Amino acid sequence: MNPTLDKFLGGKQGAIGLAVLATLILVVFPLALDAFRLNMVGKYLTYAFVAVGLVLCWGYGGILSLGQGVFFGLGGYCMAMFLKLEASDPESTKIQSTPGIPDFMDWNQITELPLLWQPFHSFGFTLLAVIAVPVILALVIGVAMFKRRVGDVYFSIVTQAIALILTVLIIGQQGLTGGVNGITDLKTLMGWDIRDDSSKLILYFINAFLLFGCILIGRFILASKLGRLLMAMRDKEERVRFSGYDVASFKIFVFCVAAAFSAIGGAMFALQVGFMSPSFVGIVPSIEMVIFAAVGGRMSLLGAVYGALLVNYGKTYFSETFPELWLYLMGGLFIAVVMYFPNGIAGLWESHGRKWLGKLKRQSATPAKPVPVATVPAPNSQPRELESTP
Amino acid sequence: MSQPSGFKMPKPVLAIEGLTVSFDGFKAVDDLNLYIDRNEVRVVIGPNGAGKTTVLDLICGKTKATAGSIQFENRELTKMREFDIVRAGVGRKFQNPSIYENLTVFENLEMSYPKGRTVFGALFFKRSAEVIERVEQIAAEIMLTDNLYLQADLLSHGQKQWLEIGMLLMQDPALLMLDEPVAGMSVNERAQTAELLKRISQGRSVLVIEHDMEFVKSIAHKVTVLHQGKVLAEGSMEAVQSNPKVIEVYLGH
Repeated sequence: MNPTLDKFLGGKQGAIGLAVLATLILVVFPLALDAFRLNMVGKYLTYAFVAVGLVLCWGYGGILSLGQGVFFGLGGYCMAMFLKLEASDPESTKIQSTPGIPDFMDWNQITELPLLWQPFHSFGFTLLAVIAVPVILALVIGVAMFKRRVGDVYFSIVTQAIALILTVLIIGQQGLTGGVNGITDLKTLMGWDIRDDSSKLILYFINAFLLFGCILIGRFILASKLGRLLMAMRDKEERVRFSGYDVASFKIFVFCVAAAFSAIGGAMFALQVGFMSPSFVGIVPSIEMVIFAAVGGRMSLLGAVYGALLVNYGKTYFSETFPELWLYLMGGLFIAVVMYFPNGIAGLWESHGRKWLGKLKRQSATPAKPVPVATVPAPNSQPRELESTP
Repeated sequence: MSQPSGFKMPKPVLAIEGLTVSFDGFKAVDDLNLYIDRNEVRVVIGPNGAGKTTVLDLICGKTKATAGSIQFENRELTKMREFDIVRAGVGRKFQNPSIYENLTVFENLEMSYPKGRTVFGALFFKRSAEVIERVEQIAAEIMLTDNLYLQADLLSHGQKQWLEIGMLLMQDPALLMLDEPVAGMSVNERAQTAELLKRISQGRSVLVIEHDMEFVKSIAHKVTVLHQGKVLAEGSMEAVQSNPKVIEVYLGH
């Protein structure tokens, strides 16, 4: 195989894993689920962007950010601002005392579109801002923290504080941000209605392709020398520093990449769900995002996607059926992951799943006697090599 | 002065003058002067707490000096950042073998190859024939050719020490600093390490901290004895060993 292609795909096993996930997301879900459920999966997948970013920055780089909601939120708000301006044309807002500005501004006695909002009339600027605003913030945080060697738990606490500060800021600046309700009633993207089922399907696929793009970029980073350096830094930071590397610059880089991924997820969230609010920015959602990555496997880019899907599915299921239990379940899940399977689902797959698959393969290689389903071995039973020899 | 008399004397590679560092008033290194010549193997000995490791920390920038200067090939190291000091040609081995356990021996060595040290340099770094050749050459030097593709945590303690020395050699430093390179090694491994040091000290200066006197004897050109952050004695191994001040410090009161 072409070595560059190989770097993206992660070898044969990586390519198979990617193909399985692609089949699931691009074929199975769209065929099996109705429009409402598919849109829900699309929403879950926007969190997968954050989880994939966390695999890079936490799993490999050892930087535990408990404030990824900040970047998710900033990406989402940038997109929502554009969509809101489009939904607030003078025609549809003529009942307001100042037509042509977003409704929540009118409710807050604002009579003119604030300067901050002006550039979001341009879609090109918006796309740029979706990535640039969170990355610049990540860069500032990264330089301030990593150049001063703030690390480990101190860094995590600072990111928590930033998530809290941003939430308070958004809620406090009601006229500018829509406050606690966020930016709602998003309708069209350059005249294209994003609310009907067919456009939701298209957005679902755009979202999926962007996610795979991020996974491939992640794989490229991990397969490069930079990927090995991240792991080396996580385990022996001093050795890396005294081998002639500016350790801080690598941390800043991977933190910015994770921020950019989260921001793409946030923007796709605003498009698919039709609103953005501070409830996706603060401490709790940021910690939830870490749980997605932890459950899926913090050392596995693909695992993170499964983690985001499963935990969010669980959240929807349980909060529909036993709403008061969900938070406890989530906490228990996180404790269980940390204590019993630190590498998450991907780790379990590596240690048990592959073996099990190997046994299945060996059995299916017996053509004469089809093996009844009931004799499929339990994970801890003896290998059945004798049976598979004719 | 038509005939400059000092001209014959080569300028030292490393010149430490008036170096002082104090931690909350405690002077770990106190007005230290130390000169290391080109191609010299210098061993620093001294009782626990004499400031040996602190001196290495100061040279490589891990600890910032309170006063004094460290000149390395006419560059002032006390003002430089750690990675710039490494890039200027100072390599430092830590006391405990400090290698990347999750990577293979090859990858460990490759990590110290002096290319692709910036973010984007590392992102687009290519394992060229030149890199492979250099890694193999160093692996042969440190007697790890057969273990090149072994994960580093499977190496023996002694081999880990050699691997870290190999990682420094990848950078081809003009000054190599080794903190207790034979600690925890078998007699056989010590002899091999002494041979290794003799080979790799060709064309570069080496500064070693060591407790094992047999080993010191077998490698040192010159020995410096540190005591309470100051130079107590300096000279050949024999001269230092028969120095009454040194004997007193080592044997106690």
